Amino acid sequence: MNDEVLVQVKDLKMHFPIRTGVLNRTVGAIKAVDGITFDIAKGETLGLVGESGCGKTTAGRSILQLYRPTAGEVAFRGNDLARQGPDSIRRARRHMQMIFQDPYASLNPHMRVGEIIARPLRVHGITKSRREEKEMVADLMAKVGLNVSFRDRFPHEFSGGQRQRIGIARALATSPDFIVCDEPISALDVSIQAQIINLLEQLREELGLTYLFIAHDLSMVRYISTRVGVMYLGKMMELTGSDELYQHPLHPYTKALLSAIPIPDPPLERQRQRILLEGDLPSPANPPPGCKFSTRCPFATDHCRTVEPEFREATPRHWVACHYAEALDGVTPGQAKGMTRQ
Amino acid sequence: MFEASGRSQPTKTGQQATPPISVEAGSDISVQANHSTILEVRNLETKFYTVDGVVNALNGISYSVGKGECLAIVGESGSGKTVGVLSILRLIQSPPGRIVGGTIDFNGTDLLKIDDRAMRKIRGGAISFIFQDPMTSLNPVMRIGAQITESILAHESLTRRQARAKAADLLAMVGIPTPAKRLNDYPHQFSGGMRQRVMIAMALSSSPQLIIADEPTTALDVTIQAQIVELIKKLQSELGTSVIWISHDLGVVARLADTVAVMYAGYIVEKAPVDDLYARPAHPYTIGLLNSLPRLDARDKTKLQAIGGLPPNLLGRLQGCPFVPRCRFSTDICRGEMPPLAEVAPGHAVACWHDRLTHGDARA
Repeated sequence: MNDEVLVQVKDLKMHFPIRTGVLNRTVGAIKAVDGITFDIAKGETLGLVGESGCGKTTAGRSILQLYRPTAGEVAFRGNDLARQGPDSIRRARRHMQMIFQDPYASLNPHMRVGEIIARPLRVHGITKSRREEKEMVADLMAKVGLNVSFRDRFPHEFSGGQRQRIGIARALATSPDFIVCDEPISALDVSIQAQIINLLEQLREELGLTYLFIAHDLSMVRYISTRVGVMYLGKMMELTGSDELYQHPLHPYTKALLSAIPIPDPPLERQRQRILLEGDLPSPANPPPGCKFSTRCPFATDHCRTVEPEFREATPRHWVACHYAEALDGVTPGQAKGMTRQ
Repeated sequence: MFEASGRSQPTKTGQQATPPISVEAGSDISVQANHSTILEVRNLETKFYTVDGVVNALNGISYSVGKGECLAIVGESGSGKTVGVLSILRLIQSPPGRIVGGTIDFNGTDLLKIDDRAMRKIRGGAISFIFQDPMTSLNPVMRIGAQITESILAHESLTRRQARAKAADLLAMVGIPTPAKRLNDYPHQFSGGMRQRVMIAMALSSSPQLIIADEPTTALDVTIQAQIVELIKKLQSELGTSVIWISHDLGVVARLADTVAVMYAGYIVEKAPVDDLYARPAHPYTIGLLNSLPRLDARDKTKLQAIGGLPPNLLGRLQGCPFVPRCRFSTDICRGEMPPLAEVAPGHAVACWHDRLTHGDARA
């Protein structure tokens, strides 16, 4: 990995209007993504984790301009996509592709596998002749471990893991630099997940790809990512190198999230302390004032409930949005009572 | 035992007429009578007769569940784990499905021999069920209170008022704030985790001896999953209920289970006490599953060892061990005959001709 920045996201906001009544008046907004900032370096895999509704999928889609962001910048190789027209965005899409979560819903059931994979080649005018197209499709199928003789079959004839391979072949068709993988393994069986992850890793090395890997499975994200960002209610809570995040989390939400992941080791599991969060995620239409996590945080003070913490670099290359990140280092919720405001 | 569990919750129903002492004496007798096993499944076999042919969903599985024990059944989609527990409750849709063999001994009664009426009393009574998706298993146009009292009244003779009070107590027990008020809410007014709590409250409403939970946390986020797992653990130790927990998540199982049964293609291929299974897996499939999982606490990155190939198609005649096409240890004997589930260590049984080989391999 080098330090060349491929994707630069600055204060990205994606709000969806809530409309009501006969006049369809806008009465509010779902703040799905509410100001996130990060860079993705060329060749790295940035993991994005969080619970459902935290905005991770919306973040991925608005980076690819599948949604037009409400505010903020998304620079791809230095060009701000949010300011460009539909034509130049379409041209840029050749270099940025997506792998979807549900391999059952993301493939057109009426199209043969060969046509599905060839579609991006035609849309972007990459191949000049039918023969060239056929060769490229065969090449792509081989690359993702699909038998080339299956090119005339329909998606329903494949298993979930094979369908995900078709989705990957389609994403690779335009030889992109950057791929958003939106929960690519969560619909697959456990024994198949590792096959797909190994394939993604192998392709990244061979083709020099850069991934934004969106998932809720933190063990898998740790495995595949160079750096990991933790989102909560449309905000980035913490962002750092993947080993640093897992060994030395600073944000109380990250700590709770990590402690909730079960580890397949019974004696260890019995010893582990759970930080059980109370309650549920607040509605993104009506987020709490101050820190978004303050309603569930075992350490929250009045200061947290009124002033939103800044997303800052607490230690080198370790970004966190918490007023008390340093003070809470190594503190368990049981000790929270004696804590006072700094 | 019903009353014993009712006693530990703050019910105001006043229906616990049985003195606690006689209840405990009663359960002691049953402990002596059948070594505290409450459910014993033997050679259970279920097939589906479809237009494409016979689907061998369940090929003679045997296991038992003790009082207060948590048995986890682990397997991938299509391994037969859900069909297995639906067969216990005789909830297999027929046609096309049919239970073609085996016995299900629940406290001395063979559930496959009793009439439908008696079976209905057991379902949602002594055995209750928690489904995977709390969204589709609650009636969206019925208030939560009405749904819980309905299941209470189906198994207990209480007045509506008493049933409602009990429903509120149950909601309080599963950790729902302001329970009396929330009885008037509809399912859509609850979040996913809260809905699963409601399902657990309904499952507990009959003070069951056995709760069957079919992937109850799969649809939930990890922090909510942790809440639900801790809740079930707590209720289980307080009420002494036995649990069959169906899951594909080996992490959750490590936290919760006492015993684990691993299923593949309608067979139990390995069964062991939880610590033993993770420390010394003996079946190549179990070993493969454990090796294909990245661990959150991993120190350095080693390449994941995926299990190659695809899960088997259960349609048609099976010969030999179903894991053969994906197994690196397979030999001719594996292709010819399905190995029996045999004990390799106390309480640890494996269905593999090469268990000694794999046993050694796993340790190395």
